[in-house]
Amino acid sequence: MIPAGLSLEQAPPFSVPLRFFLTAPWFLVLAGLLILWQGPGIFASRWSPATLALTHLFTLGFMAQVMLGALLQMLPVMVGAVIPRPRLIAALIHLPLTLGALALCAGFLFGAPGSFRWATWLLGLGFGVALTAIHLALWRAPVASGTVIALRCALVGLLVTVGLGLWLSGFFGWGWRLPVALAADWHAGWGLLGWTVLLVAGVAYQVVPMFQITPPYPPRFVGAFAFSMSALLAVWSLLAGGGWNAAARIAASGLALGMASFAAITLYLLGQRRRKIGDATLNYWRVSMVGAMAAAGLWLLARFVSAWAQAPQVELLLGILMVAGFAVGVINGMLYKIVPFLAWFHLQAQLFGRAKTPNMKQLLPDAAIRRQWWAYLAALLSLIAAALDPVLFSVPAAIALAASGAWLGFNLTRVGLAYRRISRAAGGAVAVPAGV
Amino acid sequence: MTAIAESLAAEHRCCDERFTATEAAAERGDAGRCREEFRRFQTAMELHFRKEEEALFPAFEQMTGNSMGPTRVMRLEHRQMRETLAEMRATLDRGDLEEFLGQSETLLILMQQHNVKEEQMLYPMCDRVLGAEATAVIDAMQALPADKPA
Repeated sequence: MIPAGLSLEQAPPFSVPLRFFLTAPWFLVLAGLLILWQGPGIFASRWSPATLALTHLFTLGFMAQVMLGALLQMLPVMVGAVIPRPRLIAALIHLPLTLGALALCAGFLFGAPGSFRWATWLLGLGFGVALTAIHLALWRAPVASGTVIALRCALVGLLVTVGLGLWLSGFFGWGWRLPVALAADWHAGWGLLGWTVLLVAGVAYQVVPMFQITPPYPPRFVGAFAFSMSALLAVWSLLAGGGWNAAARIAASGLALGMASFAAITLYLLGQRRRKIGDATLNYWRVSMVGAMAAAGLWLLARFVSAWAQAPQVELLLGILMVAGFAVGVINGMLYKIVPFLAWFHLQAQLFGRAKTPNMKQLLPDAAIRRQWWAYLAALLSLIAAALDPVLFSVPAAIALAASGAWLGFNLTRVGLAYRRISRAAGGAVAVPAGV
Repeated sequence: MTAIAESLAAEHRCCDERFTATEAAAERGDAGRCREEFRRFQTAMELHFRKEEEALFPAFEQMTGNSMGPTRVMRLEHRQMRETLAEMRATLDRGDLEEFLGQSETLLILMQQHNVKEEQMLYPMCDRVLGAEATAVIDAMQALPADKPA
């Protein structure tokens, strides 16, 4: 008989990642409510304060939340890197990140420098702890696989994104004079391409071939992609900063093509999957990759159609395709594998032989996933429509987005509650965070 | 040297193939075929576990003088997988293909996160540590007879 929990020594306690996963969906609900409250005007331009608040509900509240939680869970498994004091580290990331995202949105919505300052301290703390813990673990990783290289590049991307974000907060919170438009472009570029795309790629190199049983990503692509993207971003930043706009556009075109090729390869591999049975999470991957390709295509097209180049709708559409399409799609889909599996994994270790552990599909039935999928798809399509015709589509987009977030939150919470119930009944160590 | 990493990673892919055949039969509702495919899958898994536990891990532990490190975690995960495979077999004997598919989904992730650890970390470490001994260890692994699963 194996004592409870022994086989988990490389994995952190369930509460470590779970707190992030159970918090994140509610930020999508907040985003939906914000659209409802602000009305069609929120789709006028990416620069309006309410739109900036909306953007950060997505990027900080949902994306960063899940991405950091998942990294704390996955680093030990994927790269053999152990993060010390996982519970303390998780608390020092989760709470400041959650409160900081709310404070930042309040700052944008109410134009309150005090809120921006709070957001600066809180987000500085949360990301500071995350970056330190994850950097240390990743640079000590015993092997330098394609995934490790992509994750290292992604973390550099996060570092630059956070640095620029804190710099921008100097403008909003303290009235510093700085080139806000340029800094915001850098911030968005590094956040979406240097951090999000590279993190997704690093994870995809492992999870797509293994969980869908597909051929591996082409080794030459894996070897070159992450580093080339980071280098191109740096070149683009310098060129854009120096005002060499034509040259900057060439570098940016390279970035768009790079991202599109990652998405295209992923779609191709998913088409080659040798698993013959349906998988409810495949839809999310496919839509996510199509979103990335559409964003790259739209960006490139807008370089040739002069009326589109600076059109606010094009910028909004790019943001919606990248954030609500690419990032939210793939994250939403992966949560449906991660959360039920971890619940099962921890329960099995606690119950070992004493009672039967409910399997992943008993913890979260496919039917529940498929229903939320339709809400997510409706939210994405109506957001795209709202960028083009806000008056008609902002209310449907708001409702669909809030519904899709709430449904995701409900589905995941249901797994967390089942875990707690079974774990308690078995007298195992209960490691679910307060508030679940 | 990547001899161990290559030969054992190839066995993982081979088990993956058997897994997909089993799962596909279950989804078609073909219980007879599923039982047949599952038997082959379980046999392949068991043989692979034994190659590691009886030949590779002892050699690694002897060279590194460490039996409480990565090989212990791998043995524990083998045990978790054996447990899950036994549950799947019982489910299949009851003819409950729907529950079987839920269990197979779970096993797939358990199996693959285990494979990631082995292929990314343990096998390269074995190739490094064992050096010239690697060939002898591979021969010892190939010499193990394929038994019926426990």
